[in-house]
Amino acid sequence: MGSFDIILQALDLVLTPEVLLTALLAGAFGLFVGAMPGLTATMATALLVPLTFFMDPIPALAAIVAASGMAIFAGDIPGALLRIPGTPASAAYVEDSYRLTMRGRMNEALGVNLIVSCIGGLIGIAVLVIAAPMLAEFALRFTSYEYFWLATMGLSCAIFVASSDPLKAAIALLLGLALATVGLDPTTGVPRFTFGQTNLLAGIEFIPAMIGLFALAEVMRGMIRLHGGTAPINMPKNPGPLFKGVGGIIRRHPTNVVRGSLMGVLIGALPGAGADIAAWMSYAVSKKFSKTPEKYGTGHVEGLVDASAGNNAAIGGSWIPALVFGIPGDSVTAIVIGVLYMKGMNPGPTVFLQNPQLIYAVFIIFVLTTLMMVPLGWGAVKLAKQALRVPSRVLLPIIMSLCIVGAFAMTNSVFGIVIMLGMGVTGWILEENGVPVAPIILGLVLGPMFERMFMTSMIKSNGDLLAFFERPIAAGLGICVLLIWTVSIVKALRKRRAPVAVVAELEAEDTSPPA
Amino acid sequence: MTNSYKTSRRGFMKGAATVSALALMAGPGWAADYPTRPVTMIVPWGAGGGTDATGRMISALLERRLGQPFNVVNRTGGAGVIGHSAIATAPNDGYTLGVVTVEIAMMHHLGLTELTYEDYTPLGLMNADSPAITVSAKSDYKDIESLTEAVVNSEPGAFKASGTSQGGIWHLALVGWLKSLGLEGNHVTWVPSEGSAPAMQDLIAGGVDIVTVSLAETKAMVDAGRALNIALMGSERASSHPDVPTLIETGAADFALATWRGICGPKDMPQEAADKVAAALAEIAVEPEFIEFMNGRGFNISYLDPAAHGQMMAEADAQMGETMAAAGLIQKPM
Repeated sequence: MGSFDIILQALDLVLTPEVLLTALLAGAFGLFVGAMPGLTATMATALLVPLTFFMDPIPALAAIVAASGMAIFAGDIPGALLRIPGTPASAAYVEDSYRLTMRGRMNEALGVNLIVSCIGGLIGIAVLVIAAPMLAEFALRFTSYEYFWLATMGLSCAIFVASSDPLKAAIALLLGLALATVGLDPTTGVPRFTFGQTNLLAGIEFIPAMIGLFALAEVMRGMIRLHGGTAPINMPKNPGPLFKGVGGIIRRHPTNVVRGSLMGVLIGALPGAGADIAAWMSYAVSKKFSKTPEKYGTGHVEGLVDASAGNNAAIGGSWIPALVFGIPGDSVTAIVIGVLYMKGMNPGPTVFLQNPQLIYAVFIIFVLTTLMMVPLGWGAVKLAKQALRVPSRVLLPIIMSLCIVGAFAMTNSVFGIVIMLGMGVTGWILEENGVPVAPIILGLVLGPMFERMFMTSMIKSNGDLLAFFERPIAAGLGICVLLIWTVSIVKALRKRRAPVAVVAELEAEDTSPPA
Repeated sequence: MTNSYKTSRRGFMKGAATVSALALMAGPGWAADYPTRPVTMIVPWGAGGGTDATGRMISALLERRLGQPFNVVNRTGGAGVIGHSAIATAPNDGYTLGVVTVEIAMMHHLGLTELTYEDYTPLGLMNADSPAITVSAKSDYKDIESLTEAVVNSEPGAFKASGTSQGGIWHLALVGWLKSLGLEGNHVTWVPSEGSAPAMQDLIAGGVDIVTVSLAETKAMVDAGRALNIALMGSERASSHPDVPTLIETGAADFALATWRGICGPKDMPQEAADKVAAALAEIAVEPEFIEFMNGRGFNISYLDPAAHGQMMAEADAQMGETMAAAGLIQKPM
């Protein structure tokens, strides 16, 4: 066969100064956007679209692939440094990476993030290359029943991820779900809880909400420290080379890397579920199967490994349905499909037959940009580290202005800033009372999907609840969810009967937020 | 002598400075020079979708003609209400324009907003697409005649269809088709979806039986051999799909409908600015680059000048009101 020829042709297309330079610049741009709280990988891609109009197909795709991958990793940086996740995909493990930094182990946290992101990304690409048609076939079997169970599973993660107090995590999750009901009812199109406000018809956007809950609340805590006379937290210097000890961590947790990556690809391949959900689910699974689940959320590196691998692997996964069937795997690939059409490469099985060299070129670009992540990321971390040396009274106003920019940018409206401010105050009050805020984000992200899938399923089955178990994949997922619940409840009841040393150990670790 | 030369040069520079300052101050009011600064183009739908791509392409071409940047801003949410409100309530100086879509003729009937087509200055209709009746390749019905027969003889609610939200344009397409068959609007159950892509996914996965979205939105799945376009709800066949018959010609039903996208400004825009944009749009509609782009995406170019654009929006408003009332979708009398 001429497959070797095709690969040579593809290499010829990719290895030009123009493509490599575009990828490098777009990668640096992606790093910058991802590291800004609230500016997401989707945003990085959307901003590139007008530029790609005037590029050839290969540099255009290189720009998008480089920017989106880099942005997902870069979201980890402000998370570790300031406890502010740069993108929703980093929100699941922000607590762990920040606490590691507080203990002077920032290099370890970010080094693991970077290297594992790269490995996860590569595994994601490998799956994309080898199994794309097969996985796309699998993803096409998902109807509302299967998605309903997936959303249920995702929501359950919030409780498992919660480190100290599942009850408070549940309250936060319900709050997120309640906020997710604002806006147009997904089934009937009737406005709910909008109080006649046009802006509220779009609901509570989760990006401004996330910026408020994490970043603004952090700014408020910082201000109180500055003015309240309490000594500012002395951030350790975090010296030493970035990758020190990283190899050892990865060697100790090889299953976590592989498990996180595979989960990431699978979830990414499902249209509508992307890197955000992948990070949460792989973190929860990691905790569930860990020998030391009580350490999660206290600055434990194990969860970082799974979730960092998961969110970057999901990027490769999300291209599977996009390339094979022209169905977007997430909001980034939705934009990619538009660009592909514009360049005359109509996604679908025909593209593999008509333009195989272009598809292979995309794969090669994926590998190159993922490898490029290591040196670029290293530079970004070196630069970002300087933020730790900036005094609070200078740093806090800068973060505040970034919050405002991020909240505005997502919706192009001042209303985004209003949401950000409102959620910031809410987040601060909640955290002062020991309620974790991360589950609110999960509720906002998955709430609309959960509701819509339940309602459409009910419409399709004429209200028959058994329909949720009638299709094979749905039944499998459903039984999984019910098993997880039963096991957790039984365990919790047993624990209650015999309170064990774990609780004492947990309290000693002290999981309350730095106040 | 040298001295006077210097003065005169200084005087000249002063004069030049005054002129340029005047030109700057004149800004929007000086419409003969329109545009003198960047123009914002509001797209009421998300980045990456069809309206977004069309809006960005038109903006790029307007930029080339009128010499100022046309910046696309996505204002999404609320089923299009938010973006359409942003266009209508922007300063009407010609520096904020937007892509107004068919939803403007529907939203106010639903009581979602008070905005109507009358709140805009029409500048030119660019595109109109009719929905197709699409089934899965695994469906028992491979042509419109057999599907029509099966639908007419089915129990109400036995068939499910999808494509957009409840009361969205593709839902109206289904209702209009059923009405023309003498059936109730809810004879086929509408399963609301978040757009055409999830609906197509559900069709292939076997969750619904029929999808009524535009040809462009079904293209990937049809090319993949997973779905079949069996009829078009248009007044004539689409040039991109000459082998898909219209409902009217097959005699299966007498119904046609279209979704459309046009460029509008807020109401009462300065005449000079409106004329300039309208003239540029008329040129863009016949430009090979635009035609190639629209054909590539499977969108049908359908240009109307501002007067005809306005009239079309008024007619569409009345037609949508009737169809929606007939479908029982109107909750509040307006």
